[in-house]
Amino acid sequence: MSEKTLERPTTDEDALAKEIEAEEKAAARQASLLRDGWADLRKRPMFIVTALVILCLLALAIAPSLFTARSPFSGGFCQLQDSMNGPSSGHLFGFDVQGCDIYTRTVYGTRNSIVVGVVTTIATTLIGGLVGMLAGLIGGWTDALLSRITEVFAGLPLIVGGLLIMSIWGGGDVWSVSLIMAILGWPQVFRIMRGEVIANKYNDYVTAARALGADSWRIAFRHILPNTLAPVIVITTMNLGVYIGAEAALSYLGIGIQYPNISWGVMISDAQDRFLTSPHALLFPAGALSLTVLAFIMLGDVVRDAFDPKMR
Amino acid sequence: MTIIDPTDAIPAPRDGETTAPLLEVRDLHVEFNTREGVVRAVNGVNYTVESGETLAVLGESGSGKSVTAQAIMGILDMPPARIPQGEIRFRGRDMLAMSEEERRKLRGARIAMIFQDALSSLNPVLSVGFQLGEMFRVHQGASRKEAKAKAVELMDRVKIPAAAARVNDYPHQFSGGMRQRIMIAMALALEPDLIIADEPTTALDVTVQAQVMDLLAELQREYQMGLILITHDLGVVADVADKIAVMYAGRIVETAPVHELYKRPAHPYTRGLLDSIPRLDQKGQDLYAIKGLPPNLLKVPQGCAFNPRCEKAQDICRTDSPPLVPVTERDGTELPGRASACHFWKETIHG
Repeated sequence: MSEKTLERPTTDEDALAKEIEAEEKAAARQASLLRDGWADLRKRPMFIVTALVILCLLALAIAPSLFTARSPFSGGFCQLQDSMNGPSSGHLFGFDVQGCDIYTRTVYGTRNSIVVGVVTTIATTLIGGLVGMLAGLIGGWTDALLSRITEVFAGLPLIVGGLLIMSIWGGGDVWSVSLIMAILGWPQVFRIMRGEVIANKYNDYVTAARALGADSWRIAFRHILPNTLAPVIVITTMNLGVYIGAEAALSYLGIGIQYPNISWGVMISDAQDRFLTSPHALLFPAGALSLTVLAFIMLGDVVRDAFDPKMR
Repeated sequence: MTIIDPTDAIPAPRDGETTAPLLEVRDLHVEFNTREGVVRAVNGVNYTVESGETLAVLGESGSGKSVTAQAIMGILDMPPARIPQGEIRFRGRDMLAMSEEERRKLRGARIAMIFQDALSSLNPVLSVGFQLGEMFRVHQGASRKEAKAKAVELMDRVKIPAAAARVNDYPHQFSGGMRQRIMIAMALALEPDLIIADEPTTALDVTVQAQVMDLLAELQREYQMGLILITHDLGVVADVADKIAVMYAGRIVETAPVHELYKRPAHPYTRGLLDSIPRLDQKGQDLYAIKGLPPNLLKVPQGCAFNPRCEKAQDICRTDSPPLVPVTERDGTELPGRASACHFWKETIHG
């Protein structure tokens, strides 16, 4: 051994002190892309505002009964004599054409919107991510085949595809709408995932991992996957808002969520005929929808700014 | 060690149980099928490496030195690469005949590789401790905690200051020299019998180069590993290597013990390389350079591949490809380990 090792000061106390310090540092640091992104996020006012709005929406979705004393499902909830009455004390948003309290219906509609958004996002991420990863990793014929199949789904416009699938399967509840949007939406995640995997799989660190004995499984999940996550997270967050908006669009057209399930889209659709005489019936659910979509899309935006290395 | 080493299943005696050399490459050919045609990157390379020995493989870009190494490691992308003929014997067993799983178990455990660019060769989103520890988890089934402890130990071995404090750091938080040390530590983790270092110091600045080479040489002596050092830098080679193989256009054009080669090159290409090293006693003069460019491997010149750039080329060089023949003294005494692929090696070595 050369004198280089001897030069290093390594008394026992030194080593111990170093180790303690090391442990503290390690606990404090753990800096990865995700951690860095998170630290960056917390400092952005836009993130705090959107996060607060989304937290409120989540609370509404989870426990709507905390926010309104009435229930849209109880008998006698709608009184026809109240039909199209404007906002009044006790009924801040007024009544719709059936004489139902719009505030209560809007509150109860939150859950369906959020559930559709979240379920669709999870489903598209799982399907698109998995298939995209397979296509990117295997390449060749598998990739070509999977890409063509994906294009078939990507080629269907949401409305046409929705009409088609709904007319075959029927439905009208949260799950069937989520399913339709997942079927039509996963190609987007597929494309991003496949591109990221291909961009990463020829990197030197993959070759290096292979040269040091890692098997394909480990290379795929331990080495390539973590490097592809950041863009997928970004697109996923933005998509949440987009899917909520799309659900409302489908419901508005009568091919999404249907009565008796509550949906902002259905409420907007019902209110549009009398918009000029009593605009409140349309404006409140539309406002709730806009706020929700905006909150999620803006969250996606700040998340992208925080996580995308090219934006830093 | 009480941990069961899964590579034990492979009959590869550590020491002395076989007379076969540690690594023997025999008549190796590697081709790439490209749109323009077949690129013959390696055309019949032969070399051996023994335990504790350092072989330096020298050559310009495109001479096939890295491709040979990748073929040995089994990390060539096939296709487009093909190995039409040749043998790579590791302790007497032909690796090209092994199953992919057998080869994978050899990689990292028995044969490891150090790459040129440590920054791109380390995964940016995993901590270095995790990546070092992975060697133990993959090959020895160590737990996370054990693996991390061993990673710290390894980082100490390669002289990374405050190893325990930096084990959770990410590659971008290290300097170039430190990253290369981490690559060395990864290669060294399971104390392999053979390490292939593919231009380990090219991406580093000169002072750090010397440190990294010293470290590599020291660890090699300590573990009695075979080392294949791939480089285009003659300066790096002199202190570390035992013998040198000079490659040109996919063939070995000269082999020699290291100091012999510097003293008396037996191939005009080697001479050209040596003459193009800047020297203090030639201050103020123009630096020598070999004329021309390395050959396009799609159309290697007829005869000796070096002939268009060779100052001593004769007609025979343009028609006949010279075989690699043993080099002798003027009186016919053999020079062990020396060979040259030049029609005029006698004139070159003996002036």
